[in-house]
Amino acid sequence: MLVQGIKSRPVYTGFAIDENAQRHLFALEGEGARALLDQVKKVGKEFLAVSEILHVGEAHGKELAALGADILWSAPTTPVLLNRLRQNLINARMGTRLYLSGTEGFIGQAMKVALEQGIDFGSIVTEHRGSEARRVQCVHCKGITDNVTTQPFTCSHCGLTLLVRDHYSRRLAAFQGVCIDAEEPGSAPPPEVRFP
Amino acid sequence: MTINTEMPVHVAAITKVADSVKRFRLERVDGGVMPVFSGGAHVVVAMQDGKLLRHNPYSLMSRPGDTSAFEISVLRVESSRGGSHFLHDKISVGDTLTVSQPINLFPFDHRGRKHLFFAGGIGITPFIAMMAQMAQEGRNFELHYAMRTRSHGAYWQELAERYGPSRVKIYCDVENLFIPVDEILARQPLGTHMYVCGPAGMIDAVLGKGKALGWPRQNLHFERFLAPPTGKPFEAVLQRSGKTITVGEHQSMLEAIEAAGVDAPYLCRGGACGQCETNIVSCTGELLHNDIYLEPADKASGKKIMICVSRLKGETITLDI
Ligand code: FES
Repeated sequence: MLVQGIKSRPVYTGFAIDENAQRHLFALEGEGARALLDQVKKVGKEFLAVSEILHVGEAHGKELAALGADILWSAPTTPVLLNRLRQNLINARMGTRLYLSGTEGFIGQAMKVALEQGIDFGSIVTEHRGSEARRVQCVHCKGITDNVTTQPFTCSHCGLTLLVRDHYSRRLAAFQGVCIDAEEPGSAPPPEVRFP
Repeated sequence: MTINTEMPVHVAAITKVADSVKRFRLERVDGGVMPVFSGGAHVVVAMQDGKLLRHNPYSLMSRPGDTSAFEISVLRVESSRGGSHFLHDKISVGDTLTVSQPINLFPFDHRGRKHLFFAGGIGITPFIAMMAQMAQEGRNFELHYAMRTRSHGAYWQELAERYGPSRVKIYCDVENLFIPVDEILARQPLGTHMYVCGPAGMIDAVLGKGKALGWPRQNLHFERFLAPPTGKPFEAVLQRSGKTITVGEHQSMLEAIEAAGVDAPYLCRGGACGQCETNIVSCTGELLHNDIYLEPADKASGKKIMICVSRLKGETITLDI
């Protein structure tokens, strides 16, 4: 039903600290903080001296502060974090490694910012943490809805019943949602929570 | 070869551009236009040197988009098996050669914010075309070009004039000027791509520094043209074609196979692209893997070989070809 086996479905390979990096830049959302905390447990604190952490979310703020990284900055909202990330990347030099962790929607949006600065997506380290909710673009009205948890779901912009596909756009940082009952409106199965 | 439609060309001009470097201008025999190519592309030039049919890859250095002719620059390599000698010593204006369609195994990354070129000696050639294209497209680039002496280096004056001293830096061994690779790599904006072409030692050194300074592998690009190493002759059985051939001392397996009239796929002829990967049915002796394409595990398995550069040290190899 998800129409799986689609190549554009992002894969998140998990954090691994790049020992050669001269600087580490982390953008973390919510539970994404744990991806970094787990790395510290695994490889020690040394890399934190050359690390900058951008963080958004209620939880884990104290634990991050306790790490004593070179720079820790907490954003009130995701858009504010993304703005700061953009500025950071504009001024950063080669040798800086970017790490992103949080929900798929967050990773996707942060990655979009990075791609706009000419950074190769393959060089960005990602780890998915927290909810599996998806950011979905309705292919009919083009409206984007964040935090979609059900399959199918009703487009928050145009009201069509959409099948959320694995087909992903890096440019939009969104999965594609396609009308599921176009031939026979109202014939769609009831929504089930598929992306908790 | 099957994927390449070869074009007969004649040599329209030969220009000496530096010590041991000549530029050849190649125009189509039928007067037609040349295919367009992108910066970094090469062609394979086929030349009939006596009884030997040679195929050597050369980077295109004319302006991408110029369809009137292709231009290549050839360094006369003392230790070469003869391709460069042949072009330097036996080819004159008006002679006919055959070239393949352009193949680009060294394209630049269009998404990059800045492009950094490291050239050593004749390794400058792919960058000449890339820079012409980038200048036209308004991209940000910088060239660091190392040469033995100024008279050995080709095109440095023209390039310095055309792109200015802030984009073209020249380093000369005899003047004790070497590329400060570490310093240069440390000051590049995030999103920069680095490209290196030159002698093997230089390529390894620059790539090694990039890696050590935390450059992601996605941002490191290189092109090395490995000339097929020579070695003792051996026998190759081409199982599917039902032929047995001898691979000569100065011949690669690919060249011997072609000489026997068997069509084998290739693109780079330098052990880099993977196109000529061939399965080994059996062999007696030791495989000398000279490519940079196969994974170490593949090399160790004894089941695969890149016939453009690798050889057998032994008697007979049976290939699934
Ligand atoms: S032809 Fe490219 S590896 Fe052999």
